[in-house]
Amino acid sequence: MTDLNRLSISEARDALRKGETTAKALTEACLTAIEGAGALNAFVHHTPEIARAQAAAADQRIAQGDAPAMCGIPLGIKDLFCTKGVPSQAASRILEGFRPEYESTVTTQLFEAGAVMLGKLSMDEFAMGSSNETACYGPVISPWRRQGDSAALTPGGSSGGSAAAVAADLCLGATGTDTGGSIRQPAAFTGIVGIKPTYGRVSRWGVIAFASSLDQAGPMTKTVRDAAIMLGAMSGHDPKDSTSADLPVPDFEAALTGDIRGKVIGIPREYRMEGMPAEIEALWTRGTEMLKDAGAQIRDISLPHTKYALPAYYVVAPAEASSNLARYDGVRYGHRASLAQGDGITQMYEKTRAEGFGKEVQRRIMIGTYVLSAGFYDAYYNRARKVRALIKRDFETVFAEGVDAILTPATPSSAFGIGEMASADPVEMYLNDVFTVTVNLAGLPGIAVPVGLDAKGLPMGLQLIGRPWEEGALLNHAYVLQRAAGFVSKPQKWW
Amino acid sequence: MSIDIDTARRVAHLARIAVREEDLPALAGELSGILTFMEQLNEVDVTGVEPMTSVTPMRLKRRADVVTDGNIQAQILANAPDAREGFFAVPKVVE
Repeated sequence: MTDLNRLSISEARDALRKGETTAKALTEACLTAIEGAGALNAFVHHTPEIARAQAAAADQRIAQGDAPAMCGIPLGIKDLFCTKGVPSQAASRILEGFRPEYESTVTTQLFEAGAVMLGKLSMDEFAMGSSNETACYGPVISPWRRQGDSAALTPGGSSGGSAAAVAADLCLGATGTDTGGSIRQPAAFTGIVGIKPTYGRVSRWGVIAFASSLDQAGPMTKTVRDAAIMLGAMSGHDPKDSTSADLPVPDFEAALTGDIRGKVIGIPREYRMEGMPAEIEALWTRGTEMLKDAGAQIRDISLPHTKYALPAYYVVAPAEASSNLARYDGVRYGHRASLAQGDGITQMYEKTRAEGFGKEVQRRIMIGTYVLSAGFYDAYYNRARKVRALIKRDFETVFAEGVDAILTPATPSSAFGIGEMASADPVEMYLNDVFTVTVNLAGLPGIAVPVGLDAKGLPMGLQLIGRPWEEGALLNHAYVLQRAAGFVSKPQKWW
Repeated sequence: MSIDIDTARRVAHLARIAVREEDLPALAGELSGILTFMEQLNEVDVTGVEPMTSVTPMRLKRRADVVTDGNIQAQILANAPDAREGFFAVPKVVE
């Protein structure tokens, strides 16, 4: 077999079980691909020794005939996941040198299932960003380019390293996290699949916290089937995360029947934004037709509070971030500023945090501090939490009226160039999350599926939103969409 | 709501982030822009709506009140920028 790194997870699993390849061979193919892809800047901490040891153990397990689906599958791990003994720094200078003494629940579960870790993937600092330009490692470059143009494009963010690595076949799948769209937006920008599960489906323990009531981890993969397989391995109740749901994890792959006849697909009119590019609009219409042709019933629906999701999010998320990031004080781990003669503990905190946090992270901490401060708590934070309740109610209403899934664009545009948003004000960058952020606020599962290319030759994706805890049904809808769209494009190798 | 330079200085201090005096006007401008964007929330009628505390209606679990961990002092201190004699070391706190 050639180009083993190009396999999907399901193809690799089947080949491993038939003895047609080995975890060792898969892992070496990925390590070689990573070595040749320095220009993408996706992998920022390399762990070939761990990968080779895990691959050898996986091959032994497979030989014994009792290996789970993820056994021997080489993965990239987002830098937000704590991995024992391996740098885990959320792409921030403030966690420089931090090597966790413990393993996150997600990576523990993946490793117990036999998965192989190739290394850590870059991201926006503390998962705050939509372009991967806030990483302390420098930006990740998308493997995709506009036709006839060599300008560097963003893979999206915050899980941009994960998206670039999967799209460029540096690994078979990657972990991502999604607080406002950080799995789905980069997946859409790079022509891959990314699912954010229902809040509580995947343990947050050992995942460096951004906004705890919104953060969820999920898989980023080449196909919907792979997403189903990998999500199964990541999911499950964890007593160490008090918001982790004590619910059984269904066999998500078994839900991929390809039959959605009679299902009701909601098309929310509020997602038809003013100034939306015609290509995105056309893609949405095409996706709607595809689901209709598969036997689904299409229904116009209203989610009246959609417009307020972004401002509510940009109160709630920074508020939680300002609290979560208070722990970076230069005392217990990470960076500490060098101090001047006579500096006390307050100067140590202030200098450490000024040096350690990038501009966007600082901005969000300060916004969060402001909206939580005395006198503004009710006006901003409590009001945002009330609006959040209304946004969730919008979804509950349409689901109660029989809607099975909701189809929307994943992003307001295809990928933009590195540096193109540099002069934009912060709010413009926030607009990238306009279609995805509602899903986090309502705690729902959402998936981005690649559906087509725009005139510049860049991938465009659609988002499906499902009922809480029904990731299986959601994945099945996505599976139908993926098959109908027949998206097989890959970036042309230039790196 | 626009944020003036004094407010920006106060917020930076509350957040324990050192901001140079000459950077305060730009910071105040950025924060004001973001807050203006948030002010759209004032258009929403939230009468009688409870602020959301948990996105999934679940009771937080109680765990048994027993010791589950401990005796890992070396691990706790392993990542400290400055640890001495089994403690985290910090600059003088009391004047």
